[in-house]
Amino acid sequence: MSTSTTDDHRSDEAAALDIDGVTVIGRPSDVEIISGISLSVPRGRILGLVGESGSGKTTLGLALLAHCKRATEITAGSIRIGTTDLLAGTAAEVRALRGRGVAYIPQSPASALNPALRLRTQLREALFESDDAAARVREVLREVALPDDDAFLDRYPHQLSGGQQQRVAIAMAFIGRPDLIVLDEPTTGLDVTTQAHVLATIRSMTRTYGTAGVYISHDMAVVADLADEIAVMYQGEVVERGPGSRLLSAPEHPYTMQLLRAVPLLKTDGGDHPADEAKTPVLTVRGLEAGYGRTNVLKDIDIEVAPGDCVALLGESGSGKTTLSRSIVGLHHQFGGEVVFDGAQLAPSSYRRTAEQRRRVQYIFQNPYEALNPRKRVRDLILQPYAHLTGGKVADPDSVVATALERAALPAAYGERFPEQLSGGERQRVCIARAIATKPDLLICDEITSALDVSVQAEIVELLRNLQNDGMALLFVTHNIALVSNIAQYVAILNSGRIVEYGPVGTVLSDPQHEYTRALIADTPDFELTFADSPMHKSIRAAEKEHTAVEGGTKRPE
Amino acid sequence: MSAAPVKSESAATGPAEPAAKPRRAGLFRTAWGFGRTKVGVVLTAAIVLIALFGPYISPHTDTALVAEPYVTSADGSPFGTDYLGRDVFSRFLYGGQILLLLAASAALFGTLAGTVLGIVAGYRRGWLDELIMRTNDILLAFPQLIAALLIMSIIGPQAWLIVVIIGVTHMPRVARVIREATLRIVEQDFVKSAEAIGVPRWKIMVREILPNVTSPLLVELGLRLTYSIGIVAVLGFLGMGLQPPDADWGLMINENRLAITVQPWAVALPVAAVAVLTIGANLITDGLSRASIGIDRGVEK
Repeated sequence: MSTSTTDDHRSDEAAALDIDGVTVIGRPSDVEIISGISLSVPRGRILGLVGESGSGKTTLGLALLAHCKRATEITAGSIRIGTTDLLAGTAAEVRALRGRGVAYIPQSPASALNPALRLRTQLREALFESDDAAARVREVLREVALPDDDAFLDRYPHQLSGGQQQRVAIAMAFIGRPDLIVLDEPTTGLDVTTQAHVLATIRSMTRTYGTAGVYISHDMAVVADLADEIAVMYQGEVVERGPGSRLLSAPEHPYTMQLLRAVPLLKTDGGDHPADEAKTPVLTVRGLEAGYGRTNVLKDIDIEVAPGDCVALLGESGSGKTTLSRSIVGLHHQFGGEVVFDGAQLAPSSYRRTAEQRRRVQYIFQNPYEALNPRKRVRDLILQPYAHLTGGKVADPDSVVATALERAALPAAYGERFPEQLSGGERQRVCIARAIATKPDLLICDEITSALDVSVQAEIVELLRNLQNDGMALLFVTHNIALVSNIAQYVAILNSGRIVEYGPVGTVLSDPQHEYTRALIADTPDFELTFADSPMHKSIRAAEKEHTAVEGGTKRPE
Repeated sequence: MSAAPVKSESAATGPAEPAAKPRRAGLFRTAWGFGRTKVGVVLTAAIVLIALFGPYISPHTDTALVAEPYVTSADGSPFGTDYLGRDVFSRFLYGGQILLLLAASAALFGTLAGTVLGIVAGYRRGWLDELIMRTNDILLAFPQLIAALLIMSIIGPQAWLIVVIIGVTHMPRVARVIREATLRIVEQDFVKSAEAIGVPRWKIMVREILPNVTSPLLVELGLRLTYSIGIVAVLGFLGMGLQPPDADWGLMINENRLAITVQPWAVALPVAAVAVLTIGANLITDGLSRASIGIDRGVEK
């Protein structure tokens, strides 16, 4: 819930953070990465900084510590932390202020903590006063809900889980009682359950310490949940800024609206019920078990996918969802049980399957930045797999490329480009074009939107929906429950290698039977979108007109 | 070419879509941006030109006796004569061709073999990887020059043998570097994507992996070329290369080193040529490797 504290009550001191006209340029091109940004954050409040990749939000976050990435430079403006002007100080003064005046929590705790240092050493390093340091370390650990005994302090970072690591990073940031804390997507790599814990910790810590927070994120739902005020960044500028409740209910800038519309909403209200007609499934998985060496990661997996249906495989990291999808496509070989595709058992290795089987089951990878060979043109990226799967020479290569690109909503001229000339979303479209060029019957999508911005994600989902309408069967692997409710007809919820719940999306999400499903729904950040309906859901909503825009909000099933 | 219709189509729909981002400059263009590469190219080109076209412009043949031995200057021989009275300048112009040929073929052979082994080992892993890399380790245990001398003293000095021996000793070093580069590529999804549709393994190695290891490959080639030049010259000096009376820079140094105080040119010219060539090749390689560090950062996020 976004707290809408509207009272303009301010403590006697000035705002904890006050920046004015900050401009950062890149060298040597002198392009302004962020231009003329002015913001202020009072004590105890959190400002959410939202924007897509490349909008300059991380650059701004680092500028708040008077730090610049290589080949960038702050050229104008002032940054005041409390009463100190950060940009006017010498290097030594700025250094003294970091950790005490302003602290930073990076995106990946695993790479932010020094793997060679015990937690005790690591936490004390961040503390300037040496008297009573041990007591302060224990105190701050208790505050982030971690054990404070010696055994825990003697641990190394790799002995902690991702959520614990991130809480240690939070403890490190708060240990010096800073006036301002900059959080750069601190929950991006975490599961929703862990994310909920970490967010709660951040919220209570800023309240207790009266610390101002700047929370950088691309995830609108998280920011709406956490921040008192939201600033939307676009191309290096803050295009809109206001209290969270106001921004979400009545956005003024077109870009904010566009951003809000793209966010998938978690619908627990029944959704669309798939037609009851019995379709012959194109893929049937029965009693599948898979593992690595002696470790078994999947047990008793039963799934069916029918033509024109989208089955979502929902699970957190480590639940085995990628292993399952890779087993189906023949990239993971160590599995047992039935994997029947169109009446025939699939061999474990893709190399032992028939060309026809390989053509009809296509796989799209999570990271479009790695899935395309950087040395090939888009044209060859599409044509070479096509030629391989259809056997030999292609009669009309130009039309194959043009058709595939068109179905993936890309201009035909993109065929001459190299992957590095494409944006992330365009790359993923090329991956899709490559997969659908051979007219497959089953498309396996492994977290294909997780590396992309929300607005791009919305476009990709729309594209998949069109493919589905053409009769393609989809197996959609994801960790995003809101996305599931927007694209899939059936959902299988995977927890520690087992399917704990399986059924039509509407039924499962509105009336979850398993405790894990309920926790998953409860931990997903609430996001109320009250200004207009999201076009992402219009196609579904059209069927059920009685639902109004307000329905978009989710209710905690408590 | 089939590209023509696509081009015209893009011209027709051109204004409607955003202009393509320009590609990043390639390895060669980036390397050319460094001053050191330009110096290297000039130095190397000078020596290569001398070696290639020297015989056509030389005042005498390499074996003609033109004056008394060890004179520092005579009519028609600006750098004097060697220990038999042959023209030093002419022998210098003749002496580079074979050396360059041997060094280049040895470097090419070694890099090629090493690349094949490196890619196969890095991609197939398992027992094949172990077999290739452990064999490599055994080969690496022999110092390049000692191994060459040992085998040459058994079989006798032969031009093809020089190429094979130097090539084989280069091979494990190249294989290590290329295997390392391959391991990074194999982790990426586009290789998995080719496997998922059952593209034959050799095709994956040639089409997906090889084009992505070209940067370290070029650096290795330059490095191996530099070492080859040195080793071939040393073998010549030790009498394991070309045999008298043929002209060869290494041989010239050996033949005339006794009279270095009397007739320094006969030693100085070949020494300078080998030195300049090695420095030049090294500078080019250095430029290439600096450029490839910038390019081969992998995938940007």
